[in-house]
Amino acid sequence: MGQTLYQKIVRSHTAFDVDAQHVALYADLHIMNEYTSPQAFAGLAEKGLPVRCPEKQMGIVDHVIPTHPVPVGKRTIVIDAAAHQAANFTRNCQKHGIHLFDVTDPEQGIEHVVAPELGLIRPGMVVLCGDSHTTTYGALGALGFGIGTSEVEHVLATQTLIYRVARDMRIHVDGTLAGGTTSKDLVLYIIARIGAQGARGFVVEYTGAAIEALSAEARMTLCNMTVEAGARGALIAPDATTLQYVGDHIRDLSGDALDDAKTRWLALRSDEDATFDITHRFDAADVAPFVTWGTSPDQAIAINARIPSLSEDEVERHNASKALGYMGLDAGQSLDGLPIDHVFIGSCTNARIEDLRAIAEIVRGHKVADGVRAMVVPGSGRVRDQAEREGIADALKDAGFEWRQPGCSMCLAMNDDILKPGQRCASTTNRNFEGRQGRGARTHLMSPAMAAAAAIAGRIVDIRKETAHG
Amino acid sequence: MAEHTIVAGTAAPLPLNNLDTDQIMPKQFLLGIDKSGLARGVLYDLRTNADGTPDDTFVLNRAAYRDARILVAGANFGCGSSREHAVWELQQSGIEAVIAPSFGEIFYFNAQNNRLLLIVLAPEAIAKLTETVSDPAQNALTIDVERQCVVTASGESFAFDLPPRQKRMFVEGLDMIGMTLKDSDAIATFEARHRTEFPWMQIDLPRQQRTA
Repeated sequence: MGQTLYQKIVRSHTAFDVDAQHVALYADLHIMNEYTSPQAFAGLAEKGLPVRCPEKQMGIVDHVIPTHPVPVGKRTIVIDAAAHQAANFTRNCQKHGIHLFDVTDPEQGIEHVVAPELGLIRPGMVVLCGDSHTTTYGALGALGFGIGTSEVEHVLATQTLIYRVARDMRIHVDGTLAGGTTSKDLVLYIIARIGAQGARGFVVEYTGAAIEALSAEARMTLCNMTVEAGARGALIAPDATTLQYVGDHIRDLSGDALDDAKTRWLALRSDEDATFDITHRFDAADVAPFVTWGTSPDQAIAINARIPSLSEDEVERHNASKALGYMGLDAGQSLDGLPIDHVFIGSCTNARIEDLRAIAEIVRGHKVADGVRAMVVPGSGRVRDQAEREGIADALKDAGFEWRQPGCSMCLAMNDDILKPGQRCASTTNRNFEGRQGRGARTHLMSPAMAAAAAIAGRIVDIRKETAHG
Repeated sequence: MAEHTIVAGTAAPLPLNNLDTDQIMPKQFLLGIDKSGLARGVLYDLRTNADGTPDDTFVLNRAAYRDARILVAGANFGCGSSREHAVWELQQSGIEAVIAPSFGEIFYFNAQNNRLLLIVLAPEAIAKLTETVSDPAQNALTIDVERQCVVTASGESFAFDLPPRQKRMFVEGLDMIGMTLKDSDAIATFEARHRTEFPWMQIDLPRQQRTA
């Protein structure tokens, strides 16, 4: 019987079988940040164990780093506890010979933006990281997923993970995304349809014409957010788009070796007769610009739709009314025209160069609305440089956006970028959880284009109408 | 090892779906480098008012539930961020088990690695248990891991599945790293083959950074 792409990757990385459900899964690359790794290093020290493969580890400071617009390489962390955490991380990496992109490194950025742009993510690989959005790497045909700190310690000591093999889900998307809609809208649409736990226990493989038409970076947005449907991973089979992206970014392979690799990458796909436990089918033509109204990423609607009426089910009703109360909204209300206080464009979901190009298109010649604070936080030092070379940074600054240094910033507000209670934010991030961007802060997830348009209008608007008008 | 097969005590109802780890363990408590002092962060925004005083209406602040050892929670408990702090902190605040219709995936494995007992029951059973423990006079539950059932104060019993590996990890506790290291030879053998078969997967970061 045929195998899925997921099954092939798991099989090719099984160092040994543990039991009927579990394997020791070998990691080709393990990425660490400053906040989910300290207790893992401490655990190793307690046990007196070395790091098995220091060369396959990468460290990067991204969650706690400040993003104030200071010159590159001049950043300092002012919050004592965060500075202590970053210094501890530096010591741990130095001690074990692990390459670290620290606070002053010009290539520092968000882990899931930096790793692909350094050419470290290649089709067929297994990539682990103590961060749930590691699913991003499925965009390049690599199996990536988030792990906890105990597992970080296990990977450091053994380069493997005791892994429960997931089930296979296929999400097939036919058709073409209409103008004004992006892969962010597509993924919000999918999560709204299948639910915040619709893919729990599964690895999702995306197929279909709409997926094939996406750029590598748009695919990263899609795979990044698949974890918000509970998925253990997301995959897209390598194609010409993948080969182009990886070939452009890889540093240590060239000539025949790279050509050979590309031939092998193209062969990495689910067999024709492979079976999936569940298949969902969608049509990209049904996707409109999507915006969340609640406090879970599946509480999202098309910009021209209305917030659904409360469910008959008691628990669902309680949850929805709690979310609406937190968000200051009512069932039946439209989000089109809702005034906002803040716009945040950034995060591992939407802080890549294509995202910034999209927003530059919209803001050129316009100004951020009075009373709105709008910030753009590029995903990495490289994205930042590129945007400055392309004139994007100037366009944003001219329009009144803050142009900041790379980091996770206000996505989870673990540094000093934080919203005040009650502030309403148009955000390109991945989570609208209660308190995520600050206690009492109200987050509406949307695409970069929709967030940029909201900054100019001072309210949530339908990008398709804005574009039509001019 | 009897103490590790029975969890008994006060159970608090927390019927919220998709209660994510950002809420279970807010980020302002994640700036440490060890596992100490996390209990003060548990469900912080739900537990406290904006000025930091306790919200008396929140279940864990009510006298009848203050010493809860078990949570009866909603679907997809622990979804979201990979932060294992959410597990450490629940344990530090006295929680030994969570019963819910389903759990976030990474949280599930984190809990297993720390012997926080997670019990999955059908939504109907959870609805019934929630109603039962919402009555302070009926809020004691006993979870018998050996017999795989949750028993209420009135003796009503709910059977649950527990995969053998998870059961062993909870009852015995396993030194996962120690066990895997016993198979170091198998990993080395695999690694040698993997290197030959998939040359493009051989990341050597320090070397790549030097030659770039």
